[in-house]
Amino acid sequence: MRKLLTGMMICLLAAGASYGADDVIKIGFFNCLTGQNAFGGQLELEGAELAHAEIPEVLGKKIELIVVDNKSDKVEAANAVTRLIDRDKVNAIIGTYGSSLAIAGGEVAETAGIPVMGTSCTNPLVTLHKRFYFRACFIDPFQGSGAATYAIRSLGFKKAAILTDVANDYSVGLSSFFKQAFSKLGGQVVSEMRYQSGDQDFTAQLTEIISKKPDIVFLPAYFSEGAIILKQAKELGATFRFMGGDAMDNPEVVTLGGEAVEGFMHTTFAYDPSMKDMNPVAQNFTEKWKKAHPNKDPNVNAALGYDAYILIADAIRRAGSADPAHIRDALEQTKDVPTVTGITTMNATHDAEKELGIVEIRNGKKLFIGTIKPEV
Amino acid sequence: MNKKTRNFILNAIALAALVAFLAWAPANLDRYRLRIINLIAINAILGLSLNLIYGMTGMFSLGHAGFMAIGAYVSALLILTAEQKTAMWILEPIMPWLLPLHTPFIVSLIAAGLVAAFFGLLIALPVLRLGGDYLGIATLGFAEIIRILIVNLTPVTNGSLGLKGIPAHTDLWMSYGCLFVVLIFMIRLMKSNFGNVLRAVRDDEIAARTMGINTFRTRVLAFTIGSFGGGLGGALMGNLITAIDPKMFMITQTYSLLMIVVVGGLGSITGSIIGAVLITTMLEWLRIVENPLTIGSFHIPGIPGMRMVIFSVLLILVIIFRREGIMGTREFSWDWFFPKEKNDKKGKREISAKEGGDVR
Amino acid sequence: MTLNMFVQHTVNALGLGSLYGLIAIGYTMVYGILRLINFAHGDIFMLGAYFVFFTTIQFKLPWELGVAIAILGATICGLLVDRIAYRPLRSAPRISALISAIGVSFFLENLATVVFTGMPRAVVQPPWLMRPILLGEVRLVPLGIMVPVISFVLVALLLWIVYKTKPGLAMRSISFDIETTRLMGVSVDKIIALTFALGSALAALAGIMWALRYPRVEPFMGVFPGFKAFIAAVFGGIGSIPGAMVGGVILGFVEIMSIAFFPTLSGYKDAFAFILLIIILLVRPTGLMGEKLEEKI
Repeated sequence: MRKLLTGMMICLLAAGASYGADDVIKIGFFNCLTGQNAFGGQLELEGAELAHAEIPEVLGKKIELIVVDNKSDKVEAANAVTRLIDRDKVNAIIGTYGSSLAIAGGEVAETAGIPVMGTSCTNPLVTLHKRFYFRACFIDPFQGSGAATYAIRSLGFKKAAILTDVANDYSVGLSSFFKQAFSKLGGQVVSEMRYQSGDQDFTAQLTEIISKKPDIVFLPAYFSEGAIILKQAKELGATFRFMGGDAMDNPEVVTLGGEAVEGFMHTTFAYDPSMKDMNPVAQNFTEKWKKAHPNKDPNVNAALGYDAYILIADAIRRAGSADPAHIRDALEQTKDVPTVTGITTMNATHDAEKELGIVEIRNGKKLFIGTIKPEV
Repeated sequence: MNKKTRNFILNAIALAALVAFLAWAPANLDRYRLRIINLIAINAILGLSLNLIYGMTGMFSLGHAGFMAIGAYVSALLILTAEQKTAMWILEPIMPWLLPLHTPFIVSLIAAGLVAAFFGLLIALPVLRLGGDYLGIATLGFAEIIRILIVNLTPVTNGSLGLKGIPAHTDLWMSYGCLFVVLIFMIRLMKSNFGNVLRAVRDDEIAARTMGINTFRTRVLAFTIGSFGGGLGGALMGNLITAIDPKMFMITQTYSLLMIVVVGGLGSITGSIIGAVLITTMLEWLRIVENPLTIGSFHIPGIPGMRMVIFSVLLILVIIFRREGIMGTREFSWDWFFPKEKNDKKGKREISAKEGGDVR
Repeated sequence: MTLNMFVQHTVNALGLGSLYGLIAIGYTMVYGILRLINFAHGDIFMLGAYFVFFTTIQFKLPWELGVAIAILGATICGLLVDRIAYRPLRSAPRISALISAIGVSFFLENLATVVFTGMPRAVVQPPWLMRPILLGEVRLVPLGIMVPVISFVLVALLLWIVYKTKPGLAMRSISFDIETTRLMGVSVDKIIALTFALGSALAALAGIMWALRYPRVEPFMGVFPGFKAFIAAVFGGIGSIPGAMVGGVILGFVEIMSIAFFPTLSGYKDAFAFILLIIILLVRPTGLMGEKLEEKI
């Protein structure tokens, strides 16, 4: 009760108690629609729009989805969230791709007391010490550990190399967690090479890695760079396997990488259009998506955009009110909500607890292999 | 009433109006507007400090983002509590000597400026022997090296993860207070003999040298003061956004400061302020063009990227049609609002018009 | 490091460096004549790559035609940039032109985002260009050999134009003294336009080869290569065409070899390049092959 009261106080103080017209609930959506990460943000927006079309109202009130671009830029991200809260008076916010953007936006939402549902910002720092930030995705330590578990336990690989984008928080984090887990499980990391976002020639790093003869290379890159790296590795005669994270989950990987991505594996959320036994929510999502975008396969970003919306709508329904503080408290109680990427439960650190999937590219198509239980 | 008293009264009124506005704004404007008003002050501080280096002294520097980065990190490391630091360094443990550092905000601001100035001095000593564009390239290289170091030195800077949870110390009083101090300092500086020396070095270095000015020392001093401003601005920015990472301090950051300075007018203090207001608000205001529009039954979806297209076109137009920037090298003066008194101003005007000519 | 690895690194460095060099030439030519850092050059490079993507991959034109259209298109864009954004500022302070160049660069990048979307597009590499050739343990693909060879041939051709033809003479003359050249009856604007045309055509060619080598196109693909190429131009001595090529190759070697010799410091790769840049500037302020500039009094 006290929590609730303080939450309400914060809200009243912060936003002057007026949250738009009474018959409309406003959900803000901030994401990278332009700039470096536009590919991820766009897909998440399309996912959220799909969910919005499906659940256009809750508690008998119309939901309005207000979209703001953060230009893949931190200052802009903070501005975008401020704008959503103060100008548009949103009740809750969805976003974003890119953990550093989520962090910048999160600080604003935190002081204003508006709940935010992260889409694919997987860095642990996003929700650290935050009362109002939640996310529909799992976090990188979980994913890195899962990748190491799969490489050692299921594939029997002992020697790994790591190729990290040192300027990318996602890549750095995932590499570090993979390395810890891989060593703990008895594997050996034989080479750690780095590059910087924007680089396009990776031949030096790859030549170096090839000379160390690893069994597997962990490559937590964004898909566009990742595909090019795989191509260059093939050109240099690399015969080992590559493994990446959820940022490689994009239909374009195959288009960009061609034959070079054959056999590439990556961890991801437990959703893929190639899945055999899809849960009903995922089935519905896939059908609706194919109707809306006949030429484009859905991916996890689209799914997470959709899930984030569903989780917020669900929280509003349970809260029985569109008051931001009530939504926040309801989000905290999220338990066993069926979403596209599996049954979602919010844990104590506001991260979604869900299953980790593994995907492999075979014959130019993504194939959902199954789910993994990280051991460390 | 003579002109001095008149100007004094007008200045006092303007200042009082600003203070009144600052007192009124936090309760009456939304946070979005407040953030932009804050950003204007920070950009003005940064613009002024770059203008001191480039506009006033004629040193083409592309290194300002580097000084901002230094300032932002120094300030953040000094403000964050040991508890926050331990929680944030999730990849590699933080250097133990950084943990106990904890100072008040003002101290961190000054430290940010001083460390940036120290680096400014360090880089100035070798590279200021270069001239023209070469200096620009060398300073750009320096800024990039700073960024790469921040990315890689995880135990000190937390690498690409950046720092977050910086308390939002930058409020209107703080940012405009700093701007006020910087502004007074700049006006004083440019009116002093040192200001004349700077202009002399800019307009004709060789002539200045023959007149016995130690041009190298002058340039080093101006560069160091300018980098202090860069560090200060970076620190304020970090405390406004409350989270920083190395990506914020790319070359594009320097470009936007350069735009502020050049659009406002190189060598004009007033110009930098106008440039900061104009560029900052313009970038925000242009967001409209990316929002979806509905006119009657006709729906235009938002076009991402359109904002920067229009912004760049406007920028090119401003530069083509007002090549010296809005103010040139002129400064604001209350005389603009009063009819000319007899013939006392005329001579001065002509001189200042001449000065506005060639800036190398 | 084994000999094989060293040779492999050398091959890689040569491929990357010659592309840097090719882009650097555009910077160096414009700078030599106008003392303007043409920030939009990297974006002309990007347009060249996009044009070839659309002609050969989207519209399936034969590659000869596609390449020709791409070069022509990029050249026209280069000329338009000069005409619209730089020519009105010829007599203005140099910084105005520089800001205009930054503006053009922003404009082209964001226009490309609006028109082509931000999604990277895949470039299909012709299989015969990618068939591996094994020399001992060193792996080569025909494309890897072609890129440096074509680059060096193009530079030779350009040097011939600049040093053996009349317009070339005019170009050199303008870079020496623009006003005197005008007095001699040379149509300065036309020669400057020709410089932009040549530079843009080379940028387009570099863009095409880059897109083949690193097979994707996206609106911001020109930013980093442009930046690097500019550094290469300064390395070699800005204003000097052979210098640009040499600078490009050196930069390619610095980037690749710093990783080869200090693998644990691979995150600092670009820092090595910048430190070397600053050292070169301090020791030889006009670059390796640049002419000594006398200060005019």
